[in-house]
Amino acid sequence: MQTETAPRAAAPPRAKKRWSVRSVEVLAVLLVAAIAARGLLAGAMGTPRLQSWSTVFISIVIQAMPFVALGTLLSAAIAVFVPPAFFTRALPKNKMLAVPAAGIAGGILPGCECASVPVAGALVRRGVTPGAALAFLLSAPAINPVVMVSTYVAFPGQPSMVFARFGASLGAAVLMGWLWLRVGRDDWLRQPKHHDHAGKGKVMAFVAAARHDMTQAGGYLAIGAFAAATLNVTVPPSWLRAVADNPVLAVLALAVLAVVLSICSEADAFVAASLTQFSLTARLVFLVVGPMVDLKLFAMQVGAFGRRFALRFAPTTFVIAVLVAVGTGALLW
Amino acid sequence: MVRQATRSVILLLVGGAILKTTVSGNYVRYVKEGMWPLLYLAGGAMVAIAVLGIAGLFRKTAHQGHDHEGHDHDGHEHEHGGRFDAAWLLMVPMLAVLLLAPPALGGFSANRTGSALGTAPANADYPPLPAGDPVRLSVLDYASRSVFDGGRTLSDRTVKLSGFVMTGPDNRMYLARMRITCCAADARPVKIGLSGALPDGLAPDSWIEVVGRYDPRTDVDEVSAEKVPYLTVATATPIPAPKKAYES
Repeated sequence: MQTETAPRAAAPPRAKKRWSVRSVEVLAVLLVAAIAARGLLAGAMGTPRLQSWSTVFISIVIQAMPFVALGTLLSAAIAVFVPPAFFTRALPKNKMLAVPAAGIAGGILPGCECASVPVAGALVRRGVTPGAALAFLLSAPAINPVVMVSTYVAFPGQPSMVFARFGASLGAAVLMGWLWLRVGRDDWLRQPKHHDHAGKGKVMAFVAAARHDMTQAGGYLAIGAFAAATLNVTVPPSWLRAVADNPVLAVLALAVLAVVLSICSEADAFVAASLTQFSLTARLVFLVVGPMVDLKLFAMQVGAFGRRFALRFAPTTFVIAVLVAVGTGALLW
Repeated sequence: MVRQATRSVILLLVGGAILKTTVSGNYVRYVKEGMWPLLYLAGGAMVAIAVLGIAGLFRKTAHQGHDHEGHDHDGHEHEHGGRFDAAWLLMVPMLAVLLLAPPALGGFSANRTGSALGTAPANADYPPLPAGDPVRLSVLDYASRSVFDGGRTLSDRTVKLSGFVMTGPDNRMYLARMRITCCAADARPVKIGLSGALPDGLAPDSWIEVVGRYDPRTDVDEVSAEKVPYLTVATATPIPAPKKAYES
């Protein structure tokens, strides 16, 4: 063993190669250990609370995975097949105008927030001004056609909810984009430095980019699902009722609930509709905040743009989204 | 640090786990039944990317003389060098799906969550029940008809429902069925209070099929303050847990 690997380690490219074999070996040991401990594991997960936890945990991951997969395939395709100049040409030259243009463009991509993080990352890499890419990141999951239709279906008596959601979400996304243009600093944003794939075969470059983004986004999704599932089985839902009667508390509670539940934007309207104790404005806040700030999204933003960015971006988005939604609600209802 | 070969293997396992749970039909414990085309697409795409990536590695090894391609890949993978890499965490849900395959949500979640009848349209039209004696109804249909329609279409009929048994905080027995709108994370129960002849020793979370008649009583759910209808049970038969546990 020693005599075989030692000469390899001497040559620098081979040394890197050896590392890769090792991490596969770690993986193999991990798998064998997990299979061996299967009985123990199943026994430990036998209580109803832990079973519910694992069911919710898995369900969030499985529900989101198709959107992560399709979003990362799209982002890899953008990175590899679309010429870099395309986006800078397609969006208005004026940055102030590029932000609302990107925000409205976000309404075309039918996906949930899990898909929009990698796509927004690809846009930044392709030279789109971060303000516009962030407006896209926030608006895409909130105002796309699938979400609008599901909101209409979930609130049969109140079509105004559809307009309120569209207006408030687009407004908050554009405000965040403009805010980034004014105060945002490029060094807060860890630019996802993807390799320039120009030299490689396009297909292999696509495979490498998709593989990287899928595992990365998927890993952060798992963190968010972990947190959401834990809250799902520990926070008593009866607490909600106590706060529903106070208008200020109701808005804050649903805003926070949207963050911790991390429900995908295609489904959150049905959950909002079922929170019948709460006012329409509070439920609008839930629908505007949820697709823009939540636990899994925060974790995925850390993965895509870095912790320095996410720690500033997520709380600011939260405040803006709540304010815009409350304002919209006050105007309408 | 996770390298390309490991990423490929992780993707292969995750894609494989998604395909396995979809093929076996267990996926309906976690998401809506209609998700299967998307799950095949996602699992298939992941397996394809993984296989293409592994094939690429072999090709690279075969052309070890032309090192430039290998360098390209290494540069790509070094982006997160030395830092914690989230890709490993994708193993956790994957292993849970493959090794544990936890069951659909039952009484534990139903007890924590308020009855979900509020989502039903309040002005819906309830046509007469179809022919049959007893007539099979979903738990949701029975509850909606009795709460929103005052049991108008139920009163002179014998109905047959299936669901799991749960014991409420008041030690009363309920028949419940979880509803999901998207995935099990938003699952909410529809509960029906049981009165009449209940067999002894019904274990919580066991599935039963009940035949009975409309009972005009209603309770108020302690969690969601929604109305919980009642059913007078004539017979209750234990049944195996169905593959599709949720109503939607």
